[in-house]
Amino acid sequence: MTLPEAVAGVTLAVLVLYVLLGGADFGGGVWDLFARGPRARRQRDVIAGAIGPIWEANHVWMIVAVVLLFSAFPTGFSVAMTALHIPITLMLVGIVLRGTSFVFRKVAPPPDGAESGWQTTFAVSSLLTPVMIGVVVGAVTVPGIGYENGVVTGGFVRPWLRPFPFLVGGFTLALFAWLAACYLVLETTDAELRDDFRRRALAAGWAVAAAGALVFAAGWAVAPAVVEHFLAGWGGASTLIGGVVGLAISQGAMLRRRWGLARAGTVATVVLVLVGWAQGQMPWIVRGAVTIHDAAAPDVTLKIVLWILGLGSLILVPAFVYLYATFKGRMLLPGGE
Amino acid sequence: MTDLLAARSQMAVSLAFHIVFAAIGIGLPALMLVSEALWLRTGRDVYLRLTRAWSRGLAVLFAVGAVSGTVLSFELGLLWPRFMEVAGPLVGMPFSLEGLAFFTEAIFLGIYLYGWKRVSRGAHFAAGVVVALSGAASALFVLSVNGWMNSPTGFIPGDPGSAPVIDPVAAMTNPFWIANTVHMLIAAYTATAFGAAAVHAWRILKGADTALHHAGLRIALVVGAVMALLQPLSGDVTARLVAHEQPAKLAAMEAHFETGSCAPLRIGGWPDEATGTVRFDLEIPCGLSLLVGHSPDAVVTGLNDIPADERPPVLPVHIAFQVMVGIGTLLAAMGVWTGVRLVRRLPLHRPLWFLRLAVVAGPLAFVAIQAGWVVTEVGRQPWIIYGVMRTEDAVTPMPGLVVPFTAFTLLYVFLSWVVVVLMRRIARMEDAEDAEWSGGSGDSGAAGEAGA
Repeated sequence: MTLPEAVAGVTLAVLVLYVLLGGADFGGGVWDLFARGPRARRQRDVIAGAIGPIWEANHVWMIVAVVLLFSAFPTGFSVAMTALHIPITLMLVGIVLRGTSFVFRKVAPPPDGAESGWQTTFAVSSLLTPVMIGVVVGAVTVPGIGYENGVVTGGFVRPWLRPFPFLVGGFTLALFAWLAACYLVLETTDAELRDDFRRRALAAGWAVAAAGALVFAAGWAVAPAVVEHFLAGWGGASTLIGGVVGLAISQGAMLRRRWGLARAGTVATVVLVLVGWAQGQMPWIVRGAVTIHDAAAPDVTLKIVLWILGLGSLILVPAFVYLYATFKGRMLLPGGE
Repeated sequence: MTDLLAARSQMAVSLAFHIVFAAIGIGLPALMLVSEALWLRTGRDVYLRLTRAWSRGLAVLFAVGAVSGTVLSFELGLLWPRFMEVAGPLVGMPFSLEGLAFFTEAIFLGIYLYGWKRVSRGAHFAAGVVVALSGAASALFVLSVNGWMNSPTGFIPGDPGSAPVIDPVAAMTNPFWIANTVHMLIAAYTATAFGAAAVHAWRILKGADTALHHAGLRIALVVGAVMALLQPLSGDVTARLVAHEQPAKLAAMEAHFETGSCAPLRIGGWPDEATGTVRFDLEIPCGLSLLVGHSPDAVVTGLNDIPADERPPVLPVHIAFQVMVGIGTLLAAMGVWTGVRLVRRLPLHRPLWFLRLAVVAGPLAFVAIQAGWVVTEVGRQPWIIYGVMRTEDAVTPMPGLVVPFTAFTLLYVFLSWVVVVLMRRIARMEDAEDAEWSGGSGDSGAAGEAGA
């Protein structure tokens, strides 16, 4: 394994953690938007309580991923930021509005218990952000962006304003919402609320299956070479099969109310989706424009970054475990109870 | 508006917005630790209530700082992709370390803000210490990057064909990194302390003459006094470093046009770049030479000896510098007054004119931070990496940048207004709870003492 590949692997691990933790926080916001029925208020309280102490720490994974990208693969970062300026800006607006409206809503609840504007802002921006993250990922996955003699080609709109990136956006949204619902069943001891989130988890699981199939079919239609490349590697087929099995396990366990197993199936599926995507993406950062080898910073930078993350994880991992043990102790127990 | 101007304006607005919350994120945990330590030591619950009141504000302000910081990390690439292509490998080290520090800060802030009932008192205080330390560490790494843009080191341009030779450690430990960090940390503690003092002074003036506000005002003013009195020392070190590393910036700060010894120090004034003169200023003979070289004979480079296309805009840099120093002087004077009142064992929540001044000084302290950043960043122009890359060569080819600039400006103006409204509401809510808590009897002692 070369040095750039090692750093790319670490970046992927950071992305996986971001999706599993930060992605689920956005998914929580989606369920806030879809809070319905007599228990809508209590559903929102469970979501807010689950996200409150941890969303800022979870969000930092995204910053770490960006720092890794621009330190280790500066050209890849520059090309993506130039061509995808618009969806990334929309994503940032979503991030700002989600975070601020969440805390504003908490410190200034409307006196009569009515829904405030912040409530709506929080829920809608929780929906916008995952879609835009997916659009960006979709746009770098299929050809469309070019990079020749230091100039980014392909335009500032065409690379992302097409069906495929938005299908990936919808798939991302479904994944985040699914993760959130599978975590939320373990965030409450109230049987009724738990059943509400169980129904949502099952629905989101089906949505993930449908959106995943659509993304796959659309990928085949617009960029058959990419899909063939994905299926040719050892990883492609195995992650695909693994993902389908994980999804089936999760749905089956959720039906039988085996919360811990359902959550494990969901997490495994999401990890496999990301690993499968990454190995299909190899060696490109931006398909057809920049590879990890073209973009790699000098070895000295790559080594320093790896050392900092390696030593840093000696502090971070125990700290993260402490944070989760403090606020999610019940949830972390095997089987959930 | 050209795309370059729009990009620079968007960056300026984003930084100006973020820096307020970043400074509070560094300063407020330190104030809270003082208050929490007093609670652990004395057992008086006014300190516990004060710590929790401040933590309500911090929960909002830190979140705004975290998301606006995220925007900045992307904007580096969205607006300045060519800068990041060159700078990424060189500043990756401090940025990675900053990521770790910010991570630690966010994790322990979650425990500090939401863990009152879940962890022991000692663990809670320790979490606060980690938040304060990692906040200061974040500042060190971010300012190292900014210091590198102002005094780039570790960058060895090789032959055009071969791979560039770089030394990220040398880049991180550039000449400015420590001096800038100390200056900014003191500024953050000063501004947060005077900002908190302003809130408590405002509530006392509004009739909430309570033990909570007296304690808050006292802690804030004492911390603010110490920091405001330390800042001139740090400013002196920083200015002499600027004179050495960036003579053009120093000349713009001082509106100094003619190179020579016994350079005068200009206070105030309106520089005219076209004629190279300054009107309406107060000149202290040899003052600048004394400050920069610690000798009247020290030669200070003037703007006339710097190529015209390498000069920063003089007017905004000079004015911003005067504003920063002027406000700093006011805060230091308030610090002396606080010290005198403390030595004489007089209450800090009287007289009323001082409270009114404190209400104004809080926002002014943040104006001083903004002015300081104008000096640093506008004074660096026309370079994005001083002497290496021009700002105009770093901007993105993306057209229509006025649109995101307008969008972010509106968003940040709106959020600023919301934050002010919320902070006022939090302060009022605390007073309502305070009245319930003490049943109106706890305050009479303090009020009586003040009236005596």
